[in-house]
Amino acid sequence: MNNALNILLATTLAVALWQAIVSVTGLPVFILPPPMRVLDSLIDNRVLIAEHALVTASEVAIGMLLGCLLGVITAINLTVSAPVRSIIRPILVFSQSVPVFALAPVLTLWLGYGLASKAAMTILIIYFPVTSAFFDGLMNTPSSYLDLAQSMRARPSRTLWLVRVPAALPALLSGLRLAAVYAPIGAVIGEWVGASRGLGYLMLLANGRAKIDLMFAALLVLGLFAVLLYAAIDALANRLTPRN
Amino acid sequence: MGYGAPREVSVAFQPQPPAMDHQHPSTPHVSFAGAASIDGQSLFASVDLQIEAGLWTCLLGPSGIGKTSILRLIAGLSTDIEFAGQVSASDGRPVHTITTYMGQQDQLLSWASVMSNVTIGSRLRGEPVDDGRCRQLIGRVGLAARENAKPYQLSGGQRQRVALARTLAENQPVVLLDEPFSALDVRTRSQMQDLAFELLAGRTVLHVTHDPLEAARLGQRIYVLNEHGLKTVTPPKSGAPRDVDDRAMLAVQGGLHRALMR
Repeated sequence: MNNALNILLATTLAVALWQAIVSVTGLPVFILPPPMRVLDSLIDNRVLIAEHALVTASEVAIGMLLGCLLGVITAINLTVSAPVRSIIRPILVFSQSVPVFALAPVLTLWLGYGLASKAAMTILIIYFPVTSAFFDGLMNTPSSYLDLAQSMRARPSRTLWLVRVPAALPALLSGLRLAAVYAPIGAVIGEWVGASRGLGYLMLLANGRAKIDLMFAALLVLGLFAVLLYAAIDALANRLTPRN
Repeated sequence: MGYGAPREVSVAFQPQPPAMDHQHPSTPHVSFAGAASIDGQSLFASVDLQIEAGLWTCLLGPSGIGKTSILRLIAGLSTDIEFAGQVSASDGRPVHTITTYMGQQDQLLSWASVMSNVTIGSRLRGEPVDDGRCRQLIGRVGLAARENAKPYQLSGGQRQRVALARTLAENQPVVLLDEPFSALDVRTRSQMQDLAFELLAGRTVLHVTHDPLEAARLGQRIYVLNEHGLKTVTPPKSGAPRDVDDRAMLAVQGGLHRALMR
């Protein structure tokens, strides 16, 4: 597999660069621990990290699922109805001008310290990119397809499901790719603001106790999440769209 | 008048059964009469285009003269031109409800299989799909083994064959062709011309093209639209589709070419 080889190469390069920075600059362990030390910490604390990772994973999964679902539903409704478009669109854009991170404390206040506030944060952070990407795709159906549908006297609802939605899938998938990268960020920010479990919480805890290697180990797992999620979306994309 | 003697069609696959699923008892005559303008600027002055029942009519003209607009107006598609006139069919039905439109691009849904593309019309209208009939049509255009292929796996000529099968699946008495073969290479183009002529026989066809050879090969009636208006040209006497080296056909091609240059 050429792909696997590339990933291995990229990882090796990154680790080598990391080690080189540590060796050359001589940064102390509590600023930048060397890669092997982080790996040691990852193995030593595997049970602890796994417990917290599971929490974050479920926050990300629920947030991702609901956020994408909401985004898809919104985009379709915006497409179908001009009145909805003229009312909802400005609200959507305005909502994006509020820094989403600033809402984290509010969400914690409203939804508590548990899973709900983190899932909500994740939903908020991925909702806009998904909606916007899919909506753009739905509004840009090739005109030759629409001509075809019109000349066949298609029902508008059928045109939507048989032509416009499938034609917009590549756009939706690029929105989902963005969502895959943003989703873990949403969950972690939620955890930073108030939580007793999760990788974000573990990072703060480790930082407070000067266990920088543990903090990096948690960060590494978090990065792995994003990569895996992205790979899953990519696999989905390859299944759904033809290679031209 | 019309078809001339039945002739051999030089297509590169086995003989096909007759084209029509059922003969349309009343294949209509379609007339298009009127003038069109864009933003107050005249596109074409009053034209009177008669598309005779069951015949293949070619409309030849340079690009930008409004040929495609005429087709779109007949098909009931949206245009940005103002049209003052009338489109009517001899059987009194609204013309856009009895036409199929085959565009310049093949308009194949890139994600859908050959079969799904051929059945798309029924599915878009929410009608039951006649799988057997559509499969038969795919066979008639010579793609029997490729039902599950996706458009990106097909050549340009094969894609136009699928588009032709989709057009046939609509089974409408009036067929509008908007330069569907213009992007094909010479060999594939003449094969497609023969195939389309054979399979669309008996329907009222309006074929818009800018290729004099195509019009001279296929037209049973030929119109030229240019800055001076719409003009009829007498087609070759022999039955269409004519051989590419048929002398009478070549003479008409030359005449059409000249008419386009004026």
